[in-house]
Amino acid sequence: MRTNIAVVRFPGSNCDLDAVQALRMIKGVNADLLWHEERSISDYDAVVLPGGFSFGDYLRGGAIAAKSPAMERVSKVASSGRPVLGICNGFQVLIEAGLLPGALLRNTSLRFVCRWVSVRVENTHTSFTRGLRKGQRLRLPIAHNEGRFYASPSILNRLKDEGQAVFRYCDEHGRVSDAANPTGTIDNIAGVCNREGNVMGLMPHPERASEPILSPDGSADGALLFESLIGWLNC
Amino acid sequence: MAKAKLLPVKVVISNKEGANDPEGETIYRDLVAKSGFKRVRGIRSGKFLKVMVESDDPKEAARLVKKMCDELRIYNPAAHSVTVEA
Repeated sequence: MRTNIAVVRFPGSNCDLDAVQALRMIKGVNADLLWHEERSISDYDAVVLPGGFSFGDYLRGGAIAAKSPAMERVSKVASSGRPVLGICNGFQVLIEAGLLPGALLRNTSLRFVCRWVSVRVENTHTSFTRGLRKGQRLRLPIAHNEGRFYASPSILNRLKDEGQAVFRYCDEHGRVSDAANPTGTIDNIAGVCNREGNVMGLMPHPERASEPILSPDGSADGALLFESLIGWLNC
Repeated sequence: MAKAKLLPVKVVISNKEGANDPEGETIYRDLVAKSGFKRVRGIRSGKFLKVMVESDDPKEAARLVKKMCDELRIYNPAAHSVTVEA
């Protein structure tokens, strides 16, 4: 049986084909690229919102896409328990649509930060991390200007208590520290999920790290997230 | 019936006090605090929108714009505060 995954393209998305490619490399996966106005988005087994600059990042990253017709359908997918993954701008869209908590603000440096980083897996009970080890370090690239996660102290405590901070920036030894925090994001948070663990967003780009040829050190850690997702769908 | 006039309503979105505002902090620390304006003790940056509303009543226009900001999530209440002024 084939697994059908929708990758949603908004005007200004630019990591959409990379996400399709990363998914299609996995056996038994059918990944379709869908324009954000397509009705059939809600028919898929899972949805990926890719990176880019949807609607030119006007107002703020993800704010306009969050109100596009696609997001009503994506919400249906999420509320039915099917997985929804937002990468970079896709993460911003999920937050702005209210499917994930908090906010993504401009990096403390006020600069677009584009480099390879390490993240530590903090929760292996999501649809996207079930194949990973808690504490496992992944090498992934980031490339964004508005990726500083913020939540009020009470929401942040809840996120930590319930394991919703899925990924945190760390150094090469897996230590979470200020020096390993590339954007000033609160508590080094790089990715969060909803309470149920079927909706997740992260600032790093797993699709750009899904083949050894794409990475500076020959790793392909990004593929682990997509393989986890497919494993979850097939179990 | 005479058409209502166009009233400008000002919307300012800025980070809440608890959320760092690196732009405001930089403007203050690296420009203003180094100048002679010693009584300026802090700066918060934000985004400004001028919303043109058909209305003869500034209070009513401001209420409409606040409703618009809330419903369309013009600001993210998790991190931003908004002021609306007609």
